Amino acid sequence: MKEIVIISGKGGTGKTSVAAALATIASQTVMADCDVDAADLHLILKPDTRQSEAFFSGVKAVIDPDKCSACGLCEAICRFGAISHQGMHYAVDRLACEGCGYCHHICPVDAISLPEQQVGHSYISHTKLGSQLVHAKLEAGADNSGKLVAKVKKDAKELALKTGMDYVWVDGSPGIGCPVISSLSGADFVLLVTEPTLSGLGDMQRVHQLVEQFKIPAGCLINKADINPEVTDRIKDFIQEKGILLVDEIPYDEDFPHAITLGQSLVEFNPAKWRPRFDRIWQIVCKELT
Amino acid sequence: MKIAIASGKGGTGKTTLAVNLALRAAETRNVVLADLDVEEPNSAIFIRGDKTTEQRFFRAVPNWEKEACTLCGKCAEVCQFNAVVKLGETILVLPQLCHSCFACSELCPVNALPMRNTPLGWLRGYQQGRLVFLESKLDVGEEMAAPLIKQTISYMDEKLSRPEFQFRDCPPGTACPVIAATSDADLVLLVTEPTPFGLYDLELAVETMRQLDKSMAVVINRWGIGDGKVLRFCEKEQLPVWAIFPNQRKIAELYSQGELIYPEVQEFREGLDAILARLNELKEASE
Repeated sequence: MKEIVIISGKGGTGKTSVAAALATIASQTVMADCDVDAADLHLILKPDTRQSEAFFSGVKAVIDPDKCSACGLCEAICRFGAISHQGMHYAVDRLACEGCGYCHHICPVDAISLPEQQVGHSYISHTKLGSQLVHAKLEAGADNSGKLVAKVKKDAKELALKTGMDYVWVDGSPGIGCPVISSLSGADFVLLVTEPTLSGLGDMQRVHQLVEQFKIPAGCLINKADINPEVTDRIKDFIQEKGILLVDEIPYDEDFPHAITLGQSLVEFNPAKWRPRFDRIWQIVCKELT
Repeated sequence: MKIAIASGKGGTGKTTLAVNLALRAAETRNVVLADLDVEEPNSAIFIRGDKTTEQRFFRAVPNWEKEACTLCGKCAEVCQFNAVVKLGETILVLPQLCHSCFACSELCPVNALPMRNTPLGWLRGYQQGRLVFLESKLDVGEEMAAPLIKQTISYMDEKLSRPEFQFRDCPPGTACPVIAATSDADLVLLVTEPTPFGLYDLELAVETMRQLDKSMAVVINRWGIGDGKVLRFCEKEQLPVWAIFPNQRKIAELYSQGELIYPEVQEFREGLDAILARLNELKEASE
């Protein structure tokens, strides 16, 4: 079983549109949406949720006002500015608290507890295409997105093994921080979806440094390739230098937003135009994996 | 006045709006623009100013001093992030998992885990006319964006004289980096696009900002693609829409070259001026 991660560094390059199109043609595949704080793949794949699981991770401090002696030690040691004086005692700002538990250990009157936090949900669903999708929703403003990504990936792999699937395709999140690092861990191939803007190029170069640290082979899909041919050439120079496979160049096409607006993948929206293209992309990637 | 430019979805035009709005405003006022999308900062591409400052930012992580350690295991017991682990006769520190809370270090009875600074990222400052621009960039491989964002905000509070407007180009999403970038803002400008992805991610962003009790206004980009559902959502949720920018290939091309939009596209310039007029009203009302 092989795992392929789609990332871009920069947001809005067409990652999820590509993932949805590949999901439409892919066989033997479990899809995993690891952009857990802004997951969009389900808007196209229209999953019928079969299993839903609350996701707990980390703790947050809670101060019992009846026990608090208002000594102020907790406020003094909190590095996150999460504790402040409120009326007669101290209280915790839930969004600022990172759940380190230092205050709990230092409180002289044992007034601070650390209840475990539900920070989101993960789901296993059947898509309208009959395939399986593992996805998640992080609570608004929650941390621990990297851990929820790890959970989605773990569930997707287990599901693939259990149902005899050959591939797990992961739709990653933008950036280079903890959710991206978490989605890259253990991947067999990375598909970088980029666009020929200076931001698109710069962001891909940064996220590729991360891919190199993980020593994962990579391919690149240049979307909106005709927006700026000069930057497209610079992307090609970069990927050649780095030994990244050029998977495809797709010209700017308003089918991308049109298909999304109808809740369809590109392949559903216009099969004659897009199916052969994504079949070819699929074959190129699968060939790299063997 | 602190204005955070944010969005749930990436690629909706946060950076385009932040840079153009800040430079347009700086034609007549003192303005600060901070790129707080520290994982993938891009505003610098559009800035032509001179570099005025460059400094390394660090975060503190514990450093095990074997000779002092009695192997009591207190550090590993208190660490909620599994960043300090006791393995046989060794204390292993995993800096990537460390939140720099100081608990292990300060609760160690023999002071065997002093905190040491480890590099986190770079802060660079530029001056372009009346604009001060700050770029904060996370080192590749560092997982934690939020500490760098918080340090950049502290730097602005402590080191910069107060501008009329401080604009922040925020990270995408709804997780902790966005909270760090917006929690002390006076206003959050949410940038979206009129597609189901744009709308769904806007809904998530609004939910997040409501938890923080933030004032919000919406800017819609690429108007002409998708549908009108985003307007109905804003109406229903009583979110003011301050500007609607058209979907134009010209805008995409200028952006791709690292060029400003407003000197070239009149509709865009008018939209920016409408936003600045609203900001002025708010600013005057608060004074």
